[in-house]
Amino acid sequence: MIEAPVSKDQAAAEPLVRIRGVTKRFGSFTANDNIDLDLFAGENHALLGENGAGKSTLVKMIYGLIAPTEGTILWRGAAVALKNPEEARALGIGMVFQHFSLFDNLTVAENVALSLPRTESLKTVPDRISDIASRYGFALEPDRPVWTLSAGQRQRIEIVRCLLQDPHLLILDEPTSVLTPQEAEALFGVLDRLRGEGRALLYISHKLDEVKRICDRATVLRHGKVVATCNPREESARSLAALMVGSQVKDVKAAADRTYGGERIRVDGLNLPAGDMHGVSLQSISMSVRGGEVLGVAGIAGNGQSELFAALSGEAAARDANAIRFDGGAVGADGVTQRRRRNAAFVPEERNGHAAAPDFSLSENVVLSRHAESGVTRSGFVDYGRAQNLAGSIISSYDVRKAGPDPAARTLSGGNLQKFVVGREILREPGVLIIDQPTWGVDAAAAAAIRQAILDLAARGAAVVVISQDLDELFEISDRIAVIHMGRLSEAKPAGAVTREEIGLLMAGTASGDARAH
Amino acid sequence: MRIDLEPRAGRSRIAEWVAPVGALIAAMLIGGLLVAALGKSPVQAFFVYFVDPLTEAWSLQELAVKATPLVMIAVGLSFCFRANLWNIGAEGQFIIGGAMGGWIALLTHDGVGQSVLGSWWIVPAMLAFGAFCGLLYALIPALLRVWLGVSEILTSLMLVYIAQLFLDYMVRGPWRDPKGFNFPVTVNFDPVATLPMLAPGGRLHAGVALALIVALAAALVMARSLFGYEVRLVGSAPRAARFAGFSESKLTLAVFAISGALAGLAGICEVAGQIGQLQPSISPGYGFTAIIVAFLGRLSPIGILVAGLVLALTYIGGESAQVTMKLPFYLTGAFQGLLLMCVLAADVFTRYRLVIQTGRRA
Repeated sequence: MIEAPVSKDQAAAEPLVRIRGVTKRFGSFTANDNIDLDLFAGENHALLGENGAGKSTLVKMIYGLIAPTEGTILWRGAAVALKNPEEARALGIGMVFQHFSLFDNLTVAENVALSLPRTESLKTVPDRISDIASRYGFALEPDRPVWTLSAGQRQRIEIVRCLLQDPHLLILDEPTSVLTPQEAEALFGVLDRLRGEGRALLYISHKLDEVKRICDRATVLRHGKVVATCNPREESARSLAALMVGSQVKDVKAAADRTYGGERIRVDGLNLPAGDMHGVSLQSISMSVRGGEVLGVAGIAGNGQSELFAALSGEAAARDANAIRFDGGAVGADGVTQRRRRNAAFVPEERNGHAAAPDFSLSENVVLSRHAESGVTRSGFVDYGRAQNLAGSIISSYDVRKAGPDPAARTLSGGNLQKFVVGREILREPGVLIIDQPTWGVDAAAAAAIRQAILDLAARGAAVVVISQDLDELFEISDRIAVIHMGRLSEAKPAGAVTREEIGLLMAGTASGDARAH
Repeated sequence: MRIDLEPRAGRSRIAEWVAPVGALIAAMLIGGLLVAALGKSPVQAFFVYFVDPLTEAWSLQELAVKATPLVMIAVGLSFCFRANLWNIGAEGQFIIGGAMGGWIALLTHDGVGQSVLGSWWIVPAMLAFGAFCGLLYALIPALLRVWLGVSEILTSLMLVYIAQLFLDYMVRGPWRDPKGFNFPVTVNFDPVATLPMLAPGGRLHAGVALALIVALAAALVMARSLFGYEVRLVGSAPRAARFAGFSESKLTLAVFAISGALAGLAGICEVAGQIGQLQPSISPGYGFTAIIVAFLGRLSPIGILVAGLVLALTYIGGESAQVTMKLPFYLTGAFQGLLLMCVLAADVFTRYRLVIQTGRRA
């Protein structure tokens, strides 16, 4: 284990939070194993680890959401047993969650007021919001309804909620996962000020460049154990990644010289009205993808990605059949099954409940997207033997780790289920693949395997559209990148000829001269 | 103190089948308390309800006859419930099936219309028309849901009362037997318009065999066919079902059609096999009791066969308890309701673990 580089004045100071030998077990599963961790006032401490490494479990214990099985948490030197988040907040611990708990139809001030004691008058809330906003240098209009705000603005509401309690420790769970590079930059400014005021920050992330830039110390978790505490500025992104996954991460390799075939996906002026009030309507989307080509679609969450996926997969059919063509055939008005029969395959963002039925076994989940194939069903009856064979070949080709011969999909870890779902589609050798967030919440090794599988499929002549919010991923595997913003898709540019800044501006909607951008 | 339900990590196959048995025992214990509260012996009631009917040949036959409509209806309902669609109106579809199937018996009464074809077609036509009318009647709530988003729970339930009043009106008015001394009943069906018996002198009519065939066929469809897969998928993960390319609207219509047809078939079997004429009431609530049968049988056709017999037992036991112990017949209904609550509760406990957190934490 690498020793913690604590600075001299820190060594002298009493840590704000001292965690000693904390273990958390869920049944037979040990989520946190004998964790030691010190947090000092005035430091930005990163908690690094892959999905499932135990980061969330640890911070939930610090925030009083769950109780440790063993070990102690000391606050300013005194052992505390937090029964609930209220007690944690009373001590001065605040937390900004990855998923916001905001009411879309209420205003900013109303949402903030909901987290305040009942004695607080709603009239004073807008002023307090403006105070905090000006002190930390960000803009937040108290009277705006939340549903009109971007993710970055919503996050500021959550931060304001915490700051109103004047916390000594602020926990941030993957705060930049929904932000544009520019919004993240603004957040870092706020975090610097908070640290300058002597507050401690516990910053959960798996984005290594970010951690290297803004964090003073980093604790790395792997399989529920602390494997290292280090100064992230002195480490390379590669060495941090190796600490996180415990082995060198394989680089994804694209074929040296890519040759493109004919056009396989063509979308022409696709319009699709929003399904509900808070949905995004797609407006004159156009794209063209050739065989052998990967088109990346970047964008901040909630800008029409799921709508675009639904339109391309056929879950939401367009009125104009000619708006979407696969291999020259008009499929715009077709349903999912008909599009699959044209040798197209789809992988949606959500594994559990969308790509796969959690309570169904893996072999039953094979039937889900492949029932239209001859062999899987015969005259209305399912050949479960054949489905089991297919599941077996997916499992061995994609190294899906599982317990038992044919377990329910929900028993698989995120990465393994994603490999299964991706494998189910790619083993069909589709000519067209549409994939939404291929490696969302997946560990680094599985992510590399999935990206490689996508590149290999393209190399065999398929046209691939990858929708992702992970810019690193898109730059790694795309030939061309387009950006979706408020339901409009920008022109695709060659990945080698476009910078992250340009993409970032397009994601924020400022580069296009869009009048509606805020 | 806080009470939480934590999802269980794994669900064992054994627990899935132990749960309904445990629910049955729990319902019996609570029912025993009710009996004790009425000032009667719970032990005697247990024997009258659940043991005595199993000891005699005639009551065993009666059991099969009573279980027949319950099984047929519940098998149909299991398709709806599996898909998370709530057809609460099987009672109405049962009555419409019985009434409309019975209408053919009335039309052909005394040899009418049999000069050319003879009479062999009458029973099949009654069965087919009864099932068809039950199907159409069940499509009303299904179409309202698909077109207008109306809750199928309310519409299917309310259509029960319309069906009851329709039958009541018909047997008091247009269909009344003119020679029936003003009783609100139709003529007795001709022998050619009643279901044949499986064995001479017994009480088992052809409907009993039909119920068995229906359950076995449904088991095959549910477990092996793509349609059965579709039903299970829509109920288990609706978004995944859309991704699979299945249409929720078509499935809604299909499962309502199946359950309506089977309820209608049960209705005409009851009328043509059991009652032999139409009267203001042709069901002691089979359509509602079948909901309990469906859940007690874990929505599986084979489980439903067993559960149908259990619930039929409560009907027969209830009748004899009324005679021998002077227990009110409503007690049977109360017990059936109790059983449903226990089954649903047991179902929750197979999926979740009850965690009671006191102020102090470990």
